[in-house]
Amino acid sequence: MTTRDAFIAVNRFGLGARPGELAEASHDPRGWIERQLAAPPGTRPIEATGSQRMALFQESRRRGGDQAVETLFRQNFRDMYLDDMGRRARTQIESGTPVIERLVAFWSNHFTVSVQRPICLGLAGPFEQEAIRPHVTGRFRDMLLAVARHPAMLTYLDNAQSVGPGSRAGTRMGRGLNENLAREIMELHTLGVNGGYTQTDVRELAKILTGWSLGRPGENGAGGFLFRPVIHEPGEKTLLGVRYAEAGEREGIAALTALARHQATAMHVATKFARHLVADRPPAAAVDRLARVFRDSDGDLGALARAVAALPETWAQPAPKVKTPAEFVVAALRATGFAGESRTLVAAQALLGQPPLAAPSPAGWPDVAGQWIGPESVMRRAEWAMALAQRLGQRAQPMALYDATIGPLAGDATRAAIERAGSLAESLALLFASPEFQRR
Amino acid sequence: MISRRHSLALLGAAGATMAALGPRAALARAATDKRFVFVILRGALDGLAAVPPFGDPAYRSARGALAFAEPGRNDGALDLDGRFGLHPALEKLHAMYQAREMLVVHAVATPYRARSHFDAQDLLENGTTRPRGAADGWLNRALGLLGGGRSGDQRLGLAVGQTVPLVLRGATPVGAWAPQQLPELNVDFMSRLAQLYAPDPVLGPAIREGMRAQAMNDSVLRGGEGGGRMAQGGNGPRGPRSVAAAAQAVGRLLGAAQGPRAAVIEIGGWDTHSGQGLLTGRLAPVLRMLGDGLGALKTALGPAWRETVIAVATEFGRTVAPNGTNGTDHGTAGAAFLLGGAVAGGRVIGTWPGLAPNRLLEGRDLAPTTDLTGVLKAVLIGHLGLPLDAVDRVVFPGAAAVAPLPDLLRT
Repeated sequence: MTTRDAFIAVNRFGLGARPGELAEASHDPRGWIERQLAAPPGTRPIEATGSQRMALFQESRRRGGDQAVETLFRQNFRDMYLDDMGRRARTQIESGTPVIERLVAFWSNHFTVSVQRPICLGLAGPFEQEAIRPHVTGRFRDMLLAVARHPAMLTYLDNAQSVGPGSRAGTRMGRGLNENLAREIMELHTLGVNGGYTQTDVRELAKILTGWSLGRPGENGAGGFLFRPVIHEPGEKTLLGVRYAEAGEREGIAALTALARHQATAMHVATKFARHLVADRPPAAAVDRLARVFRDSDGDLGALARAVAALPETWAQPAPKVKTPAEFVVAALRATGFAGESRTLVAAQALLGQPPLAAPSPAGWPDVAGQWIGPESVMRRAEWAMALAQRLGQRAQPMALYDATIGPLAGDATRAAIERAGSLAESLALLFASPEFQRR
Repeated sequence: MISRRHSLALLGAAGATMAALGPRAALARAATDKRFVFVILRGALDGLAAVPPFGDPAYRSARGALAFAEPGRNDGALDLDGRFGLHPALEKLHAMYQAREMLVVHAVATPYRARSHFDAQDLLENGTTRPRGAADGWLNRALGLLGGGRSGDQRLGLAVGQTVPLVLRGATPVGAWAPQQLPELNVDFMSRLAQLYAPDPVLGPAIREGMRAQAMNDSVLRGGEGGGRMAQGGNGPRGPRSVAAAAQAVGRLLGAAQGPRAAVIEIGGWDTHSGQGLLTGRLAPVLRMLGDGLGALKTALGPAWRETVIAVATEFGRTVAPNGTNGTDHGTAGAAFLLGGAVAGGRVIGTWPGLAPNRLLEGRDLAPTTDLTGVLKAVLIGHLGLPLDAVDRVVFPGAAAVAPLPDLLRT
């Protein structure tokens, strides 16, 4: 059953088979995963950093007000988004370490910043590169801290503007707290909604995080993370029963570290990770095992990924999950090596309902089939499969593609339908739309 | 290549798998001529901004920079009844109010009392008293009681977007609509694919419903929809164009004699933690999009408007006081709207709890005095004709103690 396990490795852990990848993984499917996890996650050059782009925003607001900001969003940031996301998709399509790319996408979805907020058009790409990618096989705590300090997250969840009501600036200007980041860190990023925190804890964490803000034009490090003592709420705070003496920025570091190491966080992260890599409804034993690994390794995300690959439950079903729209597009393009330009790549994912880094809420995109598969979405996928098939033209060979992608798993009916299709385009479209290709 | 519209006429003869789809002639008579649209505002609408209680003596001090001027003044609220007004961007709703086709339920909330968007939306849609209290939606169960699962070919429920929102998910099959941009597929191709999908527990049912919905929609939306980019259903960018496009399509589909009878529209963009503003800022354009969308829906429904109730609701309200960033944080009670030709409108209903500091829930939120469930029950019973005991047993289990609100509908 090695080829079946290779299908699991290449599709559930990777991003779908490139030509030859299935054969390569079939010698040692788990080794194929582990080798990628051992390599550093790499960097991709990006046009400008998040701080630089934030500084650009600050500068245009200072000089030209709302009008200039509108222009910046509509022109510069929009182009940057298309450019960043095109590069992102091409990396996913061409990568020789697709396991790493899957983890990058998983974690950037866990810590969602979304271009539903226009300013994130410029910031979401750098966010994924700077706050997520370096840590996907590193420590959860380091990723959480990088996320909470990134200009994209500080803006998306409003913390940059949150002011301690008792701080110097708060008492002088009558400004106050914004709970958004504090709440979502506990609800979505760490403890989970049933993780045992209260509304009071939300307020206290919001107070702790006051001052986690951004440098302004003219300051050192404009547009980047800057702790501002003048807006930090002074005094002792109590979070989840633990007291935090006044310590400025260090309060936030201590609080986020405690949240990263909390038992509820281990369960929350393990559940989401297992849902992504084992099954929509992962077995409780698998989740428990992962939570233990997370806790015992102090949130080592590389160890967590290796632990999933070691679970017997992971290999029990060949394809329990349905690919999301973005995964489907990437897998089809990996199979064919047909990448195309940035605009087309973003449009393809958007057409199927999942434009990149554009989740509708801070909770990120859903990760279960029932949320993605509906009467319209299956029709759309089939239509997109046909559109791709028509563009591939005469150079594609359906049966070679079949062997290189779903061969190990496909049933006779699928094989026969592809062989007997009325045209080359229909044959290819059936391959991409087939249930085996839709799953992972 | 055979066009879809043409090809679907052939479905009835296309073999065993296709037989389940049935020809269009098999459309059953609907169990009701009444139309119902549920509009979900995802992200928590600020009810005090949409329906400012300018007559409350504590209003101005409680709302600070987010308080609207009184009606008649520059940029003032649109007057409803001398106590409450509407946000100036909601002109379309104001006209409906004056025509007695719209009413406001204020200080309303679901039974949910924590402040997670996602849990609150889950409860709003599952129809129980707790998040994840059911895996299906209350409207789906209601449609089941209406015979939506048994009346042959007709789908009483319509989801707008590529996926079905929880409130419509469940055992009762529903149709779906989303705009078109990709090549049409011929019937032969689709039938082959449907055969491959048949054994798949997820993909199989979806493709059967997808093909059926396509047939229904194509026959109603003759001429088709232009390529307006839209991804509703929580799956993509939303914008003014998309809401109007969705509203028009829903109106035309629901307006058709053999069309669906209930639809769900989802609109995001309400989570105004910062820069909420009054006439400018983050909230005003979204409210305008809502009001104009509902106006477009009324127009597209045509004569069916008379038989229509539209309920507009959100998962919870927002804090009474502005936060530190000219926005509002997650709160509890807010405002809901009922509109349509079948609504006895022109009123603001509910018990007003007041905005004085000692009247607020936990010192921060508008206190809930009306359970949204009572509003929805009244619509299901009075408008769609469901029996009370079935509603209590099946649609809103756990809410038997919540009485349906009286006198919401024209008699």
